[in-house]
Amino acid sequence: MKSWTISLTHSVDYVKRMHELSIVANLFEILEEKAEESKAKKIVLVKLQVGTFSGVVPEFLETAFDIYKKETIASEAKLVIAKVPLKVQCQKCHAEIIKDDYVFICSECSSTELETISGTELLLEKLEMEV
Amino acid sequence: MKKKEILVLEELLGSNKKIATEIRKKLEEKGILTINLLGSPGAGKTTLLERIAERLKTNYKMAVIEGDIETERDAERIRAKGIPAWQIITGGACHLEAKMIGKIFSEIPSDLDFLFIENVGNLVCPASYDLGENIRCVLLSTPEGDDKPKKYPKAFATSDCLIITKVDLIPSVPFDFKQAEKEALEINPKLKTFITSPLKGSGIDEVLDYFVDSLRRLRQENA
Repeated sequence: MKSWTISLTHSVDYVKRMHELSIVANLFEILEEKAEESKAKKIVLVKLQVGTFSGVVPEFLETAFDIYKKETIASEAKLVIAKVPLKVQCQKCHAEIIKDDYVFICSECSSTELETISGTELLLEKLEMEV
Repeated sequence: MKKKEILVLEELLGSNKKIATEIRKKLEEKGILTINLLGSPGAGKTTLLERIAERLKTNYKMAVIEGDIETERDAERIRAKGIPAWQIITGGACHLEAKMIGKIFSEIPSDLDFLFIENVGNLVCPASYDLGENIRCVLLSTPEGDDKPKKYPKAFATSDCLIITKVDLIPSVPFDFKQAEKEALEINPKLKTFITSPLKGSGIDEVLDYFVDSLRRLRQENA
């Protein structure tokens, strides 16, 4: 019988107590890659798009970013987060509705056939660098 | 010093999604149905898996990946049922990520029917991470209260089925099934609901019928 344990307790990679920290770690992987491609000296601005239904708290992202940026190419970078509202389109009456209550029922025709247009994203939109 | 602006438009969880997609594809090719269980600590995820193991093991092969912040207790409980189990100890991380599943991928036997992943007990963070599963189940135990779907919408919105557990505690704990189901369906109209007591064994067969039917469909699609 399989008896196998993987312990990540002492792995620096997994010292991430909230998932926002883990997301910021991913962000820095992308930042370093992009900076290298552009031969940037430093990154001065990082702009993210964070949907209100992304499962991520923007304030925690900011905290995590400030912890993480020290001694990186983005150590002086400003983080700008654009919050994207949850927007759905009804597949029956085609109404576009902005949702803030997470009730996936069309407020026009009561259909439950709604398609999410935006509000779940967690995107690195753009970067400003000094080259 | 020259300034340069570049448009990136890259998903921050893109690397997780990529690994999860690869895992799903490889498991589907082997005809394995993968199920990710989400729920609060103490919702009954491991007890549900124990009941599933007892009933599935005569006709099907299954294995379990357990995710916990500390201890190997859950994997030991599953192994005691004669089922292979791997324990991932995250050492603080509040969720499992696809790359953690990737680390043990080569150990997963090819002749499995079902691979269950029990996520770290948490109704928030695991919802953001695709692990390569075919079915995501969210557990809600009656003592947690019928008001939880709206409080933790992402877990309910991204799941395929809702398994209400600990119905044997009714009426000692107040829990309105209609209210819980209504809230959950408002968030996710496609959600299938099951009412169970993993401890007493009630409602488990209905959940298993759904899994077995999903396995059959997965194999038809990949035939």
